Amino acid sequence: MKYAYFPGCSLHSTAREYDRSAKEVALALGIELAEIPDWICCGATPAHITMQLLSIALPVKNLLLAKKMEACEVVTCCAACFNRLKTANKFMKQRGEEQLKIEKILGEPYRGEVEVRHFLDVLVNVFGSKNLETRVIKRLKGLKVASYYGCLLNRLKDVTGLDDEEEPRMIDDLMEVLGAEAVKWPYKTECCGASFSLTKTDVVLKLSGDILQMAYDEGAQAIVVACPMCQSNLDIRQAMVNKKYKKNFNMPIIYFTQLVALALGVEMKKLGFEKHMVDPRPLLKEKEIIFSKA
Amino acid sequence: MKWFISQETIKAPFQKILEKGCGEKVARCYQCGKCSAGCPMAFQMDYLPNQIIRMIQLGMEKEVLSSKTIWLCASCFTCTARCPREINVAEIMDFLRRHAYRTRIIPSGDTEIPLFNKIFLRNIELFGRLYEVGLIGMFNLLSGEFFKDFTVAPKMFLKQKIGIFPWRNKNAKALKDIFRRSGGLEKAQRGRLLYPKLIFLNLSKKFIGKIEKLK
Repeated sequence: MKYAYFPGCSLHSTAREYDRSAKEVALALGIELAEIPDWICCGATPAHITMQLLSIALPVKNLLLAKKMEACEVVTCCAACFNRLKTANKFMKQRGEEQLKIEKILGEPYRGEVEVRHFLDVLVNVFGSKNLETRVIKRLKGLKVASYYGCLLNRLKDVTGLDDEEEPRMIDDLMEVLGAEAVKWPYKTECCGASFSLTKTDVVLKLSGDILQMAYDEGAQAIVVACPMCQSNLDIRQAMVNKKYKKNFNMPIIYFTQLVALALGVEMKKLGFEKHMVDPRPLLKEKEIIFSKA
Repeated sequence: MKWFISQETIKAPFQKILEKGCGEKVARCYQCGKCSAGCPMAFQMDYLPNQIIRMIQLGMEKEVLSSKTIWLCASCFTCTARCPREINVAEIMDFLRRHAYRTRIIPSGDTEIPLFNKIFLRNIELFGRLYEVGLIGMFNLLSGEFFKDFTVAPKMFLKQKIGIFPWRNKNAKALKDIFRRSGGLEKAQRGRLLYPKLIFLNLSKKFIGKIEKLK
């Protein structure tokens, strides 16, 4: 399996551990990820709020770069990039005046021929969770996690086509394959405030605080995410949530790729756990998933 | 809330402009309120999403475009996913924001979000990929919150979560062209990416707030 890999801005900055662990998982399973050379930002939320054409042109530029690599599928880990790339692709598959404008902007024709996949989709549906189960070396026994999908991974369904909009199961099933327990909780697709992290920090603190509280109430020991924005809001802002709402959350926010890598027997050092604000290592040690002096 | 709606407002072509601009059939809404019930940002809004839809139907362009609501939408798509009339409410919010930028209607309340979007895009235009230090620095400077997140920043550097230097884009010219052309085709008033009026309003509001706090 060979894919063109689009990391996105977050995976090169705030979510380096996501990038690193995804590459480790791919390496362990024999999935080849070739990074798109000179990729640019997909424009994220500010682009589609400000200029519609720009919000399509930026992702399509990346898809064109991937096409030049002769890859027919692009894989990305960031839920927001995934959503934007998918939206752009769906847009370009139609034919009309707007599509001609995009081609005029980019100076190249594009008709949505490059497929876009999320890394979760590649793991669960292409590689297959059954195949994955046979490769698990270290079962994550005793670990109770709340899987948090966020907004953009599954919404809208006719754009992403991944899982259910209200009650997704993909990460839950994956966690059970790895031997961990996925708790039932109602905030799977609730919004964390995402792009308001800088502009409306108070709102982000409230929304993220609610999510943390609900996960805690349902008995989760950690939250598993597939989106770098969700991770940074829940992890980096957790200390601020504690201060503002007088709570004592100590909830590690872990990327699903990190847990998959651990289960596949990848060394803990390679997965960037030290980059988390709330260190997940004490919890993992307590559950005897990792052993180390550090 | 009470308004006097004149004949001119009701006959105004706002709904038609919107339906043409984003292809959403606003007239289909029967005010069930599901969009507002699921909206995570509703508690901060001045008008709820369903009220905005009704105001569009009544042609109240100025009130809609100067509301806080359109800028507070987080684009989480919960409303769209749940709408029984299959109206893409999130897309309507996007259209309204783009329309507000085009017509230069500055929101009555908070101006941070429109400011942030523009700074973000300028950042991408200059560097190709997001340059966090530049984004945060510029935003803090222009919004008047000079020392926001100063306690988090050192930790972020230490954990190498944000880099000090931006990425060097080899295709800077091609990227600039994309921005210029799409701005031109969309008549997005890109020439003045940050209106001085908006920055001035923001800063003066912040300082007045701080002085009142000191009192």
